[in-house]
Amino acid sequence: MKFFGLLSVIIVGFLLLSATKDFPNWGDEDSPANSGPVSSFYIEKTEEKTKVPNMVTAVLADYRGYDTMFETVVIFIAGIGIIAVLRTYGSNESIPKNQVGDEGAGLLARMTCSLILPFIQLFALYVVAHGHHSPGGGFQGGVMLGASYILLALAYGLARAKSCFSEKRTLVFAALGIFIYVGWGVLCLVMGSEFLNYSALDSILPGGVEMARSHSMLAVEIGVALTVTAIMFSMFSNLSTKGRLDKGL
Amino acid sequence: MIWQFDIIILIFLVVTAVIALRVKDLLGASMVFGIYSFLICLLWAEMGAVDVAFTEAAVGAGVSTVIMIATVFSTTRRSKD
Repeated sequence: MKFFGLLSVIIVGFLLLSATKDFPNWGDEDSPANSGPVSSFYIEKTEEKTKVPNMVTAVLADYRGYDTMFETVVIFIAGIGIIAVLRTYGSNESIPKNQVGDEGAGLLARMTCSLILPFIQLFALYVVAHGHHSPGGGFQGGVMLGASYILLALAYGLARAKSCFSEKRTLVFAALGIFIYVGWGVLCLVMGSEFLNYSALDSILPGGVEMARSHSMLAVEIGVALTVTAIMFSMFSNLSTKGRLDKGL
Repeated sequence: MIWQFDIIILIFLVVTAVIALRVKDLLGASMVFGIYSFLICLLWAEMGAVDVAFTEAAVGAGVSTVIMIATVFSTTRRSKD
């Protein structure tokens, strides 16, 4: 059996390696991805049409808005799935209240976390808010914000983190993020254009058609960030406590 | 793109991938997997895909390592094989 495994790995590896020589070189101007009409349109027209310097965010949040919307839905479904599989409601194994303060890390780790946490959260908010001008966006900022709550749970215990971000609040935030994203698309429909066609919103957002698209990207990124933050923290708290949400790592 | 830098990162990538597969300790394997993610993040940052590198650093190296370690703590430490 091991022999056949090795043989299949060698054959598949050989096929993959022999296919790599047909790939275009790194940064090749004539490669299909770079020379096609779609990519050159994005590269040349993005800043002019949306006033967004970061092309990646413009493609993700505007031109391919459906893709990002359903990616957010996928993350939401993954989080709901983890809750559905792992979460148990029962008090037979729960710990008494007076032991809750014992969990968490030592004094040094706690002090370091309390010093570093505000900066992490501020930077996460900056990444979300500045995602269409510099690298970053809803996913990265949301993950960092979720990670800051995970760090809080690791240092001060899950009970402390849950006092900021309770289970109910987690689910409300996760659903609210999707609601913001889809609601923004529906708003475009209401204003008399296609779903997620942000240029229809220039009458209610300041700064003309281009800035309307830029502002809409920010709104959509905030929705993504809310969902990702909530789902990341919910995943960690469910996985680390086997769904009991009482005492973490 | 500096090819010497690339070669070093790619060699370390293969080494960490093999270590993550071979090591018996699951906690160690998930930590080595975090190193693997950081190396991929370096590779992407070096190729100019900063957004992807940022995502890899935040998701791949940061949160998924924590989630994997959280999962490891609810299993037995060593694999059977």
